[in-house]
Amino acid sequence: MAKEKEDKKFTTISIPTPLAEKIKKRIKGTGFTSLSSYVTYVLREVISGMDEEEEEVFTKEDEKRVKDRLRALGYID
Amino acid sequence: MSKPHGGKLIDRHIKKEPSDTNGLSKFEINTNLSEDILNIANGVFSPLEGFLCNNDLENVVTEKRLADDTPWTIPILLDFDKNDLKEIKEGDSILLSNKENGVRALLDIDEIYTYDKKALAQAIYRTKETSHPGVANVHNMKQLLIGGKISLLDSKPREFDKYNLSPKETRILFKEKGWREIVAFQTRNPPHIGHEYVQKTALTFVDGLFINPIIGKKKSGDFRDEVILSSYDTLMKHYYLKDRAVMSILRTSMKYAGPREAIHHAIMRKNFGCTHFIVGRDHAGVGSYYGPYDAHDIFSEFPDLQIIPVFFRSFSRCTKCGSVVNDKICPHDQKYHINFSGKKIRELLINGKIPPEDMMRKEVAETILKFKQPFVE
Repeated sequence: MAKEKEDKKFTTISIPTPLAEKIKKRIKGTGFTSLSSYVTYVLREVISGMDEEEEEVFTKEDEKRVKDRLRALGYID
Repeated sequence: MSKPHGGKLIDRHIKKEPSDTNGLSKFEINTNLSEDILNIANGVFSPLEGFLCNNDLENVVTEKRLADDTPWTIPILLDFDKNDLKEIKEGDSILLSNKENGVRALLDIDEIYTYDKKALAQAIYRTKETSHPGVANVHNMKQLLIGGKISLLDSKPREFDKYNLSPKETRILFKEKGWREIVAFQTRNPPHIGHEYVQKTALTFVDGLFINPIIGKKKSGDFRDEVILSSYDTLMKHYYLKDRAVMSILRTSMKYAGPREAIHHAIMRKNFGCTHFIVGRDHAGVGSYYGPYDAHDIFSEFPDLQIIPVFFRSFSRCTKCGSVVNDKICPHDQKYHINFSGKKIRELLINGKIPPEDMMRKEVAETILKFKQPFVE
């Protein structure tokens, strides 16, 4: 049961064997304990860097209400 | 400015007529839990919309991430006893309330589940010793957990509200000030010269400084909240540019979870819009449960955190250099170094004495001494 649950948390992907060998060499002596942990780390870094830069939008009413409060509290002039 | 953690700033405020909650089971919760509700509703804990369900809790414990892989290190949990739950089941809504801060919130129950206290404590605090305050808190928790989204219906005005900005408010404030890069500094004490050195060093490389004291339950001998805030007001008035530094409080309880809590603290500041977060020596530590720089090392596990940690090691005043230094910039022997001893400053203040100016600004010390009782009794 526990193993089944654990299996569901991970999936298998294929990468070229020569690349896998290069990675194995590269992670020797580092904090990475496996090929998977290294690939996971790199992918997390790449994916988070690809998130679209969206300008945060607050409604005009929200923004006015907040600015009025900030002004009243002395945070802005 | 940083995007909210998980991509979206959560807002769980909802307007309902009192009659809409008629007939719902009501539960009085403690103040710490009600602070969690406020932090969820205001987006401080984004992307959380409620208390964790079992799959998220298991993943936080084992992977330091929510079930969807978003970094998350401190579980936000709602505990109940079996006796409290006789009348309710999954799928129900209940009303949570707290008298102290007037919180009234709806909870939509997704899951009621059991958990292993020992495993939880070991994972979060790296120890099972009940002398650790966080472990003791886990052992004092009730037997069951409830996961589900909350909606905040009401809360009442409280002391220090004029210093209390939500993430939405800080984001609009930073934008208004034209700050793109903001460094956050967490504190639980009045500022001494070492704190000022750390803050100003970090500020030199960004646009603005966000001083964010944690306010709330204190232990005997701690500085009172009003003392911390007044002393920072004084420091900022005399020694900071108004356009470069702001202060706002954060109401949340300290967990003393060391490295895991450092990540949690960074996530909260990311939600306020900060791009950088200062992490000092033994951040959020207690006793000798964690190594002095464990809270630095843990950041290397999170390439996707999207807030930059600014690490400071020990710093002191070097009588040879004639300035505040750290171990990377001063070549002189330890005998020339005077450490910023919070204990020594405290002792002087308890006796009504102003600490030396190379330890604490005179104006700050005078502000503290204006209080009849600066410390929690």
